[in-house]
Amino acid sequence: MNQSIDLDAPALAAPARRSRAFALPLIVFALFALLPLAAVLGPQSFILALVTRIMILALAAMSLDLLIGYGAMISFGHAAFVGIGAYSVAILSSHGINDGFVQLGTALLVSFVFALVTGAISLRTKGVYFIMITLAFGQMLFFLATSLAAYGGDDGLSLSSRSLLFGSKILKNDTVLYYVCFGLLLGAYLLLRSVVASRFGRVLRGIRENPVRMEAIGFAPYRYQLTAYVIAGMIAAVSGCLLANQAEFVSPAYATWQRSGDLIFVIVLGGIGSLHGAIIGAAVFSLLAELLSHYTEHWALIFGPILILVVLFARGGIGGLLGSKP
Amino acid sequence: MTLTLAFVQILNGLQFGLILFLIAAGLTLVFGVMDFINLAHGVQYMVGAYLVAAFTAMTGSFVAGLALALPTALIFGLLLELLIFRHLYDRSHLDQVLATFGVIIFLNQAVKFIWGAAPLSVPIPDALSGAVEIADGMLYPVYRLVIIAVGLAVGLALYLIVNKTKLGMLVRAGASNAAMVSALGVNIRFLFTIVFGVGAMLAGFAGAMVAPILSVEPGMGDNVLILAFVVIVIGGIGSIRGAFIAALLIGLVDTLGRFMAPTLLKMLLDPAAASQIGRAIAPMLIYILMAAVLFFRPSGLFPSKS
Repeated sequence: MNQSIDLDAPALAAPARRSRAFALPLIVFALFALLPLAAVLGPQSFILALVTRIMILALAAMSLDLLIGYGAMISFGHAAFVGIGAYSVAILSSHGINDGFVQLGTALLVSFVFALVTGAISLRTKGVYFIMITLAFGQMLFFLATSLAAYGGDDGLSLSSRSLLFGSKILKNDTVLYYVCFGLLLGAYLLLRSVVASRFGRVLRGIRENPVRMEAIGFAPYRYQLTAYVIAGMIAAVSGCLLANQAEFVSPAYATWQRSGDLIFVIVLGGIGSLHGAIIGAAVFSLLAELLSHYTEHWALIFGPILILVVLFARGGIGGLLGSKP
Repeated sequence: MTLTLAFVQILNGLQFGLILFLIAAGLTLVFGVMDFINLAHGVQYMVGAYLVAAFTAMTGSFVAGLALALPTALIFGLLLELLIFRHLYDRSHLDQVLATFGVIIFLNQAVKFIWGAAPLSVPIPDALSGAVEIADGMLYPVYRLVIIAVGLAVGLALYLIVNKTKLGMLVRAGASNAAMVSALGVNIRFLFTIVFGVGAMLAGFAGAMVAPILSVEPGMGDNVLILAFVVIVIGGIGSIRGAFIAALLIGLVDTLGRFMAPTLLKMLLDPAAASQIGRAIAPMLIYILMAAVLFFRPSGLFPSKS
């Protein structure tokens, strides 16, 4: 019984460290909130689109951080959920259903079912096998998308219009879409923050540290891990809905295993197990890719080695360098 | 007629399965002995194909090209091990996955940089370019039969080495308990370098063998890598026997699935819907198979660690 009392107790963090841990996310979100005002000075639509994509990537990466950073579940098929979200919007839209809430609801429902089923099977395995089986489920969905000949197959599908909100075409405005993405990113951040800080989150972290001990004191790891897997999958599907709207196009490429690899790279780059690290990682990742692609079409020649160097030498990622302890 | 068609598909599946085995063999041993996830194993296959394309163009002979490509693929694999992978053995699986992912990104772009994005083609050697009649009016290319024969021969050689020699004994022991083998005075790092080199060369060999029948292009190793992972996970990590059986299973299920799913569904649905759904289901079959195997046996069919 002592253990559960312990789990419910607030974290014993030094006040200084605590305020520092809050400062960084606060700065990040303040920057995002104010950026459209500053963007007027530069190439506005370009900056808005780039930062909107950064926030969408951050949303997917943050949900993966719940799995990898807090649950030690290295999922290599997370892009599949982004694909589910994107295709929910596109397929419904191609049938004339453009209501954003219907599309979002469908995406959440489908991703819930997919996460529940694949998670229930995947979580029976451990370690390397878990990485591989999530990878395989991701590929399964990818191949399904490529074989949907009615919805573009390999080539993908263009949206006839962005989602309607309350019947209005307000999302056509890039600034509105920007703030919708911002709102959802902030909402997901606050939600995941509270999930992580809750009793559930503490149990999850306990399982990460030592599943055997957690089981011995009476927690069934499987149920907690599966719940986290479903939450993460559904948030990634939301990011897919936004991605489809931002690009006004979907393709199976959203769900390739390389995209899943990118998502892992993003959270390792930004600092694993900190949530806001995913946002910083997404920003650095996208800006780096954007910058390098301006100089050479062979930017991957520089990108690959950077990834290797980050893994070999920069443990803790950028968040670690900035001094915020997860 | 349908029977001979099915026979041709079985031969195709066998050939595909044996190629997968050549790739998966090295992967499963590297995995088993060092507990090291090497995503970059697929690029070894691509590098093998590119090397044979380059050397064949240079020498004008496929055999000479192959003879030059194999040692080069070996050296290339050992170089990667020395420069990057060696620093990852003591790291977490996450670090290994990411760093080797970086190697993939780099090498896919590097071959594009050197040889261009357009696919290269390698001519089938003249002596093997014919076809044999395997049934009435049904021709089958000699070269594909050669791949099957070579794949079986390499499989047999690997089986003998792993099961009948001292080196093979150490490799099996390493796969089941590396720390214990090391404690008994075996230089496990050196053993691993050998295993890694041979694995890299086998993957390169697989790439070289399929170069004349597939197009050689950047990223060609990526999908094969995933299939190789499916193979070793189904077979049980660290088990050559498991990899062999699983590779043939995957090769046959995938090939026959694509061939038969639309046909079988036609009995239940109207033809248009059947071919549509059949084509959607066929590529998913092997992943469903993998999920089913792991559901009942979470460590694969022939786990090498007890």
